Amino acid sequence: MYSDKVMDHFTSPRNVGQIDNADGVGEVGNAKCGDIMKIYLKIENDVIEDVKFKTFGCGAAIATSSIATEMIKGKTVDEALELTNKAVVDALDGLPPQKIHCSVLAEEAVKAAIEDYKNKHNK
Amino acid sequence: MNKKIYLDHSATTGTRPEVLEEMLPIFTTNYGNPSSVHSFGRDAKKLVDQARIKVAKALGALPEEIYFTAGGSEADNWVLKGITYANKNKGNHIITTVIEHHAILHTCEQLEKEGYKVTYLPVDNYGMISIEDLKAAITDETILISIMYANNEIGTIQPIDEIGKIAKERKIYFHTDAVQAVGNIKIDVKAQNIDMLSLSAHKFYGPKGIGALYVKKGTKIFNLISGGGQERGKRAGTENVPGIVGLGKAIELAADNIDEYNAKLLTMRKKLIDGVMERIPYTRLNGHPEKRLSNNANFCFQYIEGESLLLNLDMKGIAGSSGSACTSGSLDPSHVLLSIGLPHEIAHGSLRLTLGQDNTEEDIDYVLEVLPEIVERLRNMSPLYEKVKGGK
Repeated sequence: MYSDKVMDHFTSPRNVGQIDNADGVGEVGNAKCGDIMKIYLKIENDVIEDVKFKTFGCGAAIATSSIATEMIKGKTVDEALELTNKAVVDALDGLPPQKIHCSVLAEEAVKAAIEDYKNKHNK
Repeated sequence: MNKKIYLDHSATTGTRPEVLEEMLPIFTTNYGNPSSVHSFGRDAKKLVDQARIKVAKALGALPEEIYFTAGGSEADNWVLKGITYANKNKGNHIITTVIEHHAILHTCEQLEKEGYKVTYLPVDNYGMISIEDLKAAITDETILISIMYANNEIGTIQPIDEIGKIAKERKIYFHTDAVQAVGNIKIDVKAQNIDMLSLSAHKFYGPKGIGALYVKKGTKIFNLISGGGQERGKRAGTENVPGIVGLGKAIELAADNIDEYNAKLLTMRKKLIDGVMERIPYTRLNGHPEKRLSNNANFCFQYIEGESLLLNLDMKGIAGSSGSACTSGSLDPSHVLLSIGLPHEIAHGSLRLTLGQDNTEEDIDYVLEVLPEIVERLRNMSPLYEKVKGGK
């Protein structure tokens, strides 16, 4: 059902955890639907120095969160905003059709965290 | 990881070697069509008749009251459509429950579109219907009560004897989907006033693709499958002779060993349920604490999701199932878990482990060793758990 890449990120998720005093935090999804993603960003000079996530959800939800954090780490805020759900799916070598919404959540979580950063820092 | 532990016996079971042994020659040697006049056909007919006697004996029915079907879903469809169409002149109302298998629920939905009225009885937090609700739902138009014997997800066993009595008093046909019950619970259709009963062989160590419907003599029911005159003109199609023979053998073995089987499973189930509840906080047991199938344990682990739990267990060699939306292929978690009053977010974290004859105490020890670690690991990744821990 899942690609090796998805299983790799599910079994050994990268950047799990939280950042105290994060510069930006984004939480999307809801428990009723069975998926919640929360992304924490540490940003210096508009560059994402560190990123952590916590996810409540299925295998695909965990894998998309994990790869999304990898894809934005070290990028500028503007570069990270260009992350699309399609890029997340491609990076995972595909997702089953009923799991595409997990990649959308990952994109939204990243954007929500950056939004939070911008609001906090009046950008 | 070489260890492999199958704990999904309510999904299906492996065919017993003794069952397979009786089936195999029918594919290659005794392959006659039971409708044929020659010796090949007569031999096949004899095998079908013998199997029918075994099924009847296990249920306390007469052989002529047993009809072979392609499985439980066909039997359920047959009852609902066959009874309603044949008894239109008596009424247009069916009573069932909200926790039935989809073979019942989706067929009822179809009948509703055709103009029939269906009452779906609610269940309490244990998944049990109320007899008072049943009595109150009966109208002059009620022609059929269809209530499952035991639930496939949470294992709760319904008050079948009481339902049978009420149906008999009110002269309403009573059907029970006993797909999960046969092989696990002693059944006597006459003493329990059951008019129709569905069963499926692969749930009790028989082959897949074969089941049966018991229909009490004198019941007015139309055919579901039209064609040749097989099954006394009630169910067309060349008999699945190997399947029928396998079903006969499997039900005979199940009935002969039922006490021993239940005793073994109950000991393991207690160990599993007690162990899980003791070791893992924020956990609830779903289903009735006592009135439940001896093989069934169903839990909800708060703050985590069922599919990721199943994948983790699978990597450790443990096969289970879940009622989360991600495993059901829909957006909602299992209708059964929602019906017992669980909020969506808790229903998403369900795990069903169903025991079988080959499981051992060591298997349970292994599950109790592995499961708490997996739940803890997933919880530590969950933003919901973070709030719980933070709030403490």
